[in-house]
Amino acid sequence: MNDSASAASAHILIVEDDPGIRRFVRQALEDAGHSVSDADRLQRGLIDAATRKPDLLIVDLGLPDGDGLDLIRELRGWNTQPVIVLSARSGEADKIAALDAGADDYLAKPFSVGELLARVRAALRRATGGHDGTPVIRFGACCFDRARRLLTRDGEPVHLTPVEYRLLALLAAHEGQVLTQRQLLLQVWGPNSVEHAHYLRIYMGHLRRKLEQDASRPRHLLTETGVGYRFVAEPLN
Amino acid sequence: MADDEIRPDPDALLALARAEADRAARGRLKIFFGSSAGVGKTWAMLDAAQRMRATGSDVVVGVAETHGRSDTARKLEGLELLLPRDVVLQGRTLKEFDLDAALARRPAVVLVDELAHSNAPGSRHPKRWQDVEELRDAGIDVWTTVNVQHIESLNDVVGGITGIRVRETVPDRVFDEASEVVLVDLPTDDLLRRLREGKIYLPEQAERAVRNFFRKGNLMALRELALRRTAERVEDDVRSYRRAHVARDSRAVWQVSDALLVCVGPGAEGDRLVRAAARRAALADAPWHAIYVETPALQRLPEARRRRILQTLKLAESLGATVATLAAEDIAAAVVAYAREHNLGTLVAGQTADRPLRAPWHYLPGRRPFARRVMKAAPEIELMLIARDLASDAAAMPLSGDDEASERTARRARGYAWAAGLCAAVTVLATPLLEVFDLANIVMLFLLAVVLTAVRFGRRAALASALMNVLAFDFFFVPPRFTFSVSDAQYLVTFAVMTVVGLVVGQLTASLQYQVNVARYREQRARGLFEMARDLGRALTVEQVCEIGEKAVGRAFRGHAAILLADDAQRLLPPDAGHGFEPDVGLAQWAYDHGEAAGSGTGTLPGAPALYLPLHAPTRPRGVLALKPSGARLLMIPEQRQLLDTHAALVAIAIERVHFVQVAQDTLLSIESERLRNSLLAALSHDLRTPLTALIGMSENLHAALARRGAGEADDASAILAQARRTAQLVANLLDMARLQAGAVSLHHDWLSLEELTGSALAALKPVLDRHVVHTDLPADLPLLYGDAVLLERVMANLLENAAKYTPPGSLITVSGRPEGESLTVEVSDDGPGLPAGDPDALFLTFKRGDPESSTPGVGLGLSICRAILRAHGGDIEAANRPPPARGAVFRWWLPLRAMPDVEAHL
Repeated sequence: MNDSASAASAHILIVEDDPGIRRFVRQALEDAGHSVSDADRLQRGLIDAATRKPDLLIVDLGLPDGDGLDLIRELRGWNTQPVIVLSARSGEADKIAALDAGADDYLAKPFSVGELLARVRAALRRATGGHDGTPVIRFGACCFDRARRLLTRDGEPVHLTPVEYRLLALLAAHEGQVLTQRQLLLQVWGPNSVEHAHYLRIYMGHLRRKLEQDASRPRHLLTETGVGYRFVAEPLN
Repeated sequence: MADDEIRPDPDALLALARAEADRAARGRLKIFFGSSAGVGKTWAMLDAAQRMRATGSDVVVGVAETHGRSDTARKLEGLELLLPRDVVLQGRTLKEFDLDAALARRPAVVLVDELAHSNAPGSRHPKRWQDVEELRDAGIDVWTTVNVQHIESLNDVVGGITGIRVRETVPDRVFDEASEVVLVDLPTDDLLRRLREGKIYLPEQAERAVRNFFRKGNLMALRELALRRTAERVEDDVRSYRRAHVARDSRAVWQVSDALLVCVGPGAEGDRLVRAAARRAALADAPWHAIYVETPALQRLPEARRRRILQTLKLAESLGATVATLAAEDIAAAVVAYAREHNLGTLVAGQTADRPLRAPWHYLPGRRPFARRVMKAAPEIELMLIARDLASDAAAMPLSGDDEASERTARRARGYAWAAGLCAAVTVLATPLLEVFDLANIVMLFLLAVVLTAVRFGRRAALASALMNVLAFDFFFVPPRFTFSVSDAQYLVTFAVMTVVGLVVGQLTASLQYQVNVARYREQRARGLFEMARDLGRALTVEQVCEIGEKAVGRAFRGHAAILLADDAQRLLPPDAGHGFEPDVGLAQWAYDHGEAAGSGTGTLPGAPALYLPLHAPTRPRGVLALKPSGARLLMIPEQRQLLDTHAALVAIAIERVHFVQVAQDTLLSIESERLRNSLLAALSHDLRTPLTALIGMSENLHAALARRGAGEADDASAILAQARRTAQLVANLLDMARLQAGAVSLHHDWLSLEELTGSALAALKPVLDRHVVHTDLPADLPLLYGDAVLLERVMANLLENAAKYTPPGSLITVSGRPEGESLTVEVSDDGPGLPAGDPDALFLTFKRGDPESSTPGVGLGLSICRAILRAHGGDIEAANRPPPARGAVFRWWLPLRAMPDVEAHL
């Protein structure tokens, strides 16, 4: 809870039909210093999103009067506030669909309070500027200076190929956020390569070997299995 | 335009391609053709076989008749011989060619001497040439020998030259379809010399007849015939070559007006007509039809002669004709209509179509000779008349002595009795009226009696009635009464009028009756077919279709029918009892396998009591229709066979329709149940995970709140949290297992790196593994895997979790991967206590744990999930203890590797 004041006092809207989940999420967020309002239906959620102007939304995908995906699509017509999706479905396709529809992050049920708070923090930081303002990101033993296009590890410059650079820059720009495989392929390799998942696997391998202490146990370039990748500058714990 | 002329007709090309394909699939037939016995056909064939064997080909001798000639027998040396089949017939043992042995042996070439040979009764085919056809169908090349007098269409000609009729004949089709014909020729003088030297085998019992046969004149004529027939074939070859290579000519060669129509009458000249037409049609390379027009008069023919006509039609069919039986009153009109309908330009007929001694009414207007009527009706048709041989005609006319004739006699007697009765009645009735009426009116009453008799009993009874009535009228009514006086000669006029009226009415009645019969029969046929089609349309199961088909066929052919269905392995299932006869499943299977009719009235085991017709449906044969008719004759009539074929086709289509409906229903059912299963699992997953999420979240909050206050209950809250997490894990495992076992998992294939899978599994298991040391040994250049990322991560996570669960804290867990041949092998090993005693494979069974009483949590689903996932990917998993001196367990899994798409180009 050592974030900026704006993040600490954010207003968060929870759209979730299960009262138990609503209750503990509300309590966890309030304990963290946020103000919370909640809605148990999609229609109610839309109205609250418009009238209460929350800084962040937490949306369950399975709502009694509609699909959370529809809410996100509707919302994205006029609202750019971060959305975190809660999904009870195990299908990765739902998560990808939510992310591609404009959600910023997701949590698969059951999730822990720690995870929830970390995601909320990261999303709020991005929404209020975050690292976008500062060209230098430090993570682990590395320092990534985007203004000078320079990466150093333990003070030594690390050579990156143009593709590796683009990939790292894109992930870093969305620090803490999941980028789907499709989004990464589209923006790094271009629209003709969105099916070429093996590029990603190989280049992520290269990046990890250059940046991580142990490539098989990454701390910053994380895999969201079946969905995509996430860059985390300061890992939990 | 010029292009159009040169461009080959696509249909012709197709036909050609099909013929080529057929030729490739079927065995080739090579015929050694000679003018008579003794020219050395067998020797030539064996000589060629020896040469063939020298080149290393697989040649087998099926039958070779050496007739004890040593030079021929010598030629057999070194060739593989098939043992003959012994057939015991009336105490004698005959040696026959063993078709099944030849089919089983499957040589490249089999030698079968004497193509025209008739097999012993009880063999599969009556004729050896049919055995040869079956061998060729099986893709085996056949070499054989034939003499010119055995060629069907030359049979008469040879008979006419030599005076000896040969019964064993080979259809021209077989000869013409041969891939190669080798003429074995020997000058006549040399042949006679060989005969004198005793080098030619002659059957002893017919020696004299055969010696007559071997006269120089005969032999020269036969030699000429053989040479000519070979020349015709060579010409055919040239023609088909031209057709293949000069596409433009194909249209000029095909002239439909060359097509022949031969009219088969009741006389014995039928066979001769048919053979003549066959020869002409073969020369012109034209299609030909043979028809029999059944008139009311012909319908009254005795059974034996009608059967003869049908046999003539069968002969025509075997010579390649399209055959038909027409029912009509006027032969000429029917023939002309048929010729025009089928565009047949030439008509072949006997000189007269009726009896030699013509009844007087044949000279009435409109009863002119058949040929003249045809000429008048259709001047464009070319007529070819063949003179009839009256002697043979008479000989061929057997006396009718069967039931049908005696029934007709009884009917006639009844007619005469009625005529006499009516005559007496009119006489009695008219006697009192004589006072009142003129004689002219009395005679009208008698005329009425003649008309009534004619209407009821036809011409003969009418004739008798006319005679009786004139006599009665003259005797009882014409003065002087009760005498026949000379002046009564004028009543000859009365008699003549009565006769003519009676005959005309009788004729009219008879033809009317005939037309009614024909119409009724046609209507019956149409109604039967319609009813069957309608019932079949309503049938919902194959059993219903069979029952309807069996009933309809049985009714239409006055016999018993049974339908044998094929199972998935193309074997026919014997039908249930209760069909009125026992179908021969073996023969039915033969018909099914060969797609040909077999049994009664066919070329295959014609002696069988029933006929077996394969049920050809559009996609594949569906079974066999077995029919045991009341009379075999019924099946020989072409119309009846066509009717039966129509029935069979309808049944086949109905069976197929029902089959596809069943398939569609099954598919729908499985789609529906899969959909249900998936939605059930999804709902279950949602309903179980939601409360668990709340439980975990709330206990976490509780723990945090209590811990902040320093309350002792914080530990309880922590325990609740741990239990809730475990339950969540269990639920996830159970749902996954249910999904995998239900086959409801569809794999989302993608390229994956083992390093990432291990990394994310380790990250997910961080709390579980924090008291163990994990070492990874994954080379940087490890090939990518192709599989479902989530499921394979699950495999890694389950194996790591297992290792953590069953080894003491501080143990070393090692993950290593290496490519091995075509697959990638991954090992997760530990240095713990190792696997429990027993079969390590049992660990992968659902709900199996190493130690059933262990307090370690988990139900033992983890490993079986791993195996299910890996097997779905085409890989597998095994467990073992590490070989000493190392200790601990090792779980080894592998997946097939796939060629990865190119990457370097996109660096």
